[in-house]
Amino acid sequence: MSDRPVLLRGGRVVDPSQGIDAVHDLLLLDGKVARLAPSGSLDGDLPEGTEVVECAGLVVTPGLVDVHVHLREPGGEHKETIASGARAAAAGGFTAICAMPNTDPVIDSPATVGFVAAAGRAAGAARVYPVGALSMGQKGERLTEIGELVEAGAVGITDDGLPVMDSGLMRRALEYTLAFDIPVADHAEDVGLSRGGVMNEGAVSARLGLRGKPNAAEDVHVARDLVVAELTGGHIHLQHVSTRHGVELIRQAKARGVRVTAEATPHHLLLTDDAVKGYDTNAKMNPPLRTETDRLAVVEGFLDGTLDTLATDHAPHHYDEKEQAFDDAPFGIVGLETVVGLILTHFVHEREEAADEAGARHPGTMNLSTFVERASAAPARAFHLPGGTLAEGSPADVTILDLDHRWTVDPSRFLSLSRNTPFTGWKLRGRAVRTIVGGRSVFVAETEAKAEAGAGPS
Amino acid sequence: MSEPTPPSSSPREGPNQGLNDGPSQGSPQGSPQGPSRAAASLGKDLIGLQDLSAGQILSILDTAEPFKEISERRIKKVPVLRGKTIVNLFMEPSTRTRISFEFAEKRLSADTVNISASGSSVQKGETLVDTARNLEAMRIDMVVIRHWASGAARFLAERIASNVINAGDGASEHPTQGLLDLLTLRDHLGNLEGKRICVVGDILHSRVARSNIWGLLKLGADVGVCAPRTLLPPGIESFGVEVFRRIEEAIEWADALNILRLQLERMQGGFVPSLREYNRIYGVTRARLEAAPRDVLILHPGPMNRGVEIDSDVADGPHSLILEQVTNGVAVRMAVLYLLAGGVPEGAEAAKKG
Repeated sequence: MSDRPVLLRGGRVVDPSQGIDAVHDLLLLDGKVARLAPSGSLDGDLPEGTEVVECAGLVVTPGLVDVHVHLREPGGEHKETIASGARAAAAGGFTAICAMPNTDPVIDSPATVGFVAAAGRAAGAARVYPVGALSMGQKGERLTEIGELVEAGAVGITDDGLPVMDSGLMRRALEYTLAFDIPVADHAEDVGLSRGGVMNEGAVSARLGLRGKPNAAEDVHVARDLVVAELTGGHIHLQHVSTRHGVELIRQAKARGVRVTAEATPHHLLLTDDAVKGYDTNAKMNPPLRTETDRLAVVEGFLDGTLDTLATDHAPHHYDEKEQAFDDAPFGIVGLETVVGLILTHFVHEREEAADEAGARHPGTMNLSTFVERASAAPARAFHLPGGTLAEGSPADVTILDLDHRWTVDPSRFLSLSRNTPFTGWKLRGRAVRTIVGGRSVFVAETEAKAEAGAGPS
Repeated sequence: MSEPTPPSSSPREGPNQGLNDGPSQGSPQGSPQGPSRAAASLGKDLIGLQDLSAGQILSILDTAEPFKEISERRIKKVPVLRGKTIVNLFMEPSTRTRISFEFAEKRLSADTVNISASGSSVQKGETLVDTARNLEAMRIDMVVIRHWASGAARFLAERIASNVINAGDGASEHPTQGLLDLLTLRDHLGNLEGKRICVVGDILHSRVARSNIWGLLKLGADVGVCAPRTLLPPGIESFGVEVFRRIEEAIEWADALNILRLQLERMQGGFVPSLREYNRIYGVTRARLEAAPRDVLILHPGPMNRGVEIDSDVADGPHSLILEQVTNGVAVRMAVLYLLAGGVPEGAEAAKKG
């Protein structure tokens, strides 16, 4: 990369991978982190032509990573494209995203994996890492050519969108991937228990007359995956955990050394099936929003690290598809452009004395360093991605946050092609203002861009 | 929407002059025994009984009383809804409900159009909203909708300006069926407070069950449900109903049974092992009723599967109210149409005279 060297000066650098939380300067050179040092100490030693970005008052973190994103291309380009998704990711503060393979056609061959990777590079926004299908056509019958998928750029395998119902197939996937250092990601749902369900099964579904998916459908499958992972020694990555028993099963498995990583999504951290009342199709996702007891268990797991990875399950759908009766609308919501603000507002910021306008759910329960761990370091580790750290020599993937930026979620401003979010109108505090991938700014917030223009060349 | 055929004078001394002047003034609190009738206005739509207050429900039932008589006349027509256009949008097959609505509309002199899913633009892939908006563009006043998806009636009501009446949506609600059941029960039991009504059968998939449960609870009845656990929605205890595992226990407890149709496709879905077994274990039979400590009234929303959920000698027996339900259905629907069109309960008697 032949971009100019960049100095990020005077920001509060939060990098849990090195135990750093201090005002530091960061020099990015040739797409790598060249130096990280106490602020001011690099000034006399800058390469010629270094662009200086003033970060005073801002937070500088390793680039955020979302390992669970649906980009819909190929086949669903009216919902999202690889390019629009990569730009939306950058605008949300992400420097890397993992694209799920449940497209049309399914990403189950080296050629299709290569297509996603190439389209991702061409987008020139967040890095796009393809995740290959676990089974051919996601039919749950025959393993994909996993070795070749990895050679073509796949960083994991999954049949996400569909669970792997055949335990024997799951066993073989977990065994076969041992040679490649990639996780097997699973959408845990026993379809025999959940068939026909469109929301959480419980008092709300009974009242609305909608068919429910019981917690047990997820619990049974989580337990199965953990047992088979333990049998094989393989790495199971459990996606979007939503139930209290699921969290507890993972906690126990981690305690006895099972190789498991697990996701918490912003919607399962912040919403319950109450949101479905009124038949709001933007509250329809899979796994469904559960009860308050489950939500609090997911929160606890997210805080204590049982659910080590923050992931959005960004699932764009076109307006027309969501503008239907609840039964007819597809599952899923977008998440890339709201998650940072949601977690900062509801978990990281302290409760505000004066005007608690955001009505934060769990204020002050997560420090900034843990947030960066969940949103950057842990997901990078789970999928063996470069990044997740600002250690010298690592990729120059950096997210700059303005913790105090106040904004209101307005889907019409999303860069994603889709607007399906239940968080419309939420008042948030904190967002990414600059996203740097390989030393190049792929996203600069409007306010920052204006300030820069006003300040003139530095 | 203009006031339909204003009554010349109110035959009742209504204490609430501005009854229909605005949206509901809030549901009456406290005992359903003496509900304030001040909240009688229904607003724009009738989506479900879950949304209504006891006062609103009673005011519909009271309004239905004078309308019953119209159907007994030689010329069964009054000009209450003259000039109103009503679309009956039936996206799911229905005989009884559709025809009952149609009679109610015609006896009130409305102009009606029937649309069913087959043979319409719906079959060509038009969305529900587009269908309704196109109808609305032809300047209609009301839509009566039957749809297979729960929440479809509310979905439509939130998107069009016309009055929307839910004629059954998915497993959510069938409010006019609930109302006609309430009217029929009230005709025989009087005030329903403290009366024990048990809904029997496929509660899980039933909008009729939900509308009955909400309506009965609001009027202060004790409500029971009885079905195999496979046909009860998990979480039903939260409704505030008593759950009976066996039909014998329900019959011993109840003043009336509302027996739901066992949809035959439920057997394929594995919810019950066989129809024969269902009749043996859950069927309402004469022998079981004769063992009851009191006469038990029998309701069934139809269509019946004789010999499955109900035996013929029960359906045709002395305590069966099944055909009265059908008669009351027309009156209740007339009342709902009249009230949504802006009529006031006190005006119903006068409105009949034209």
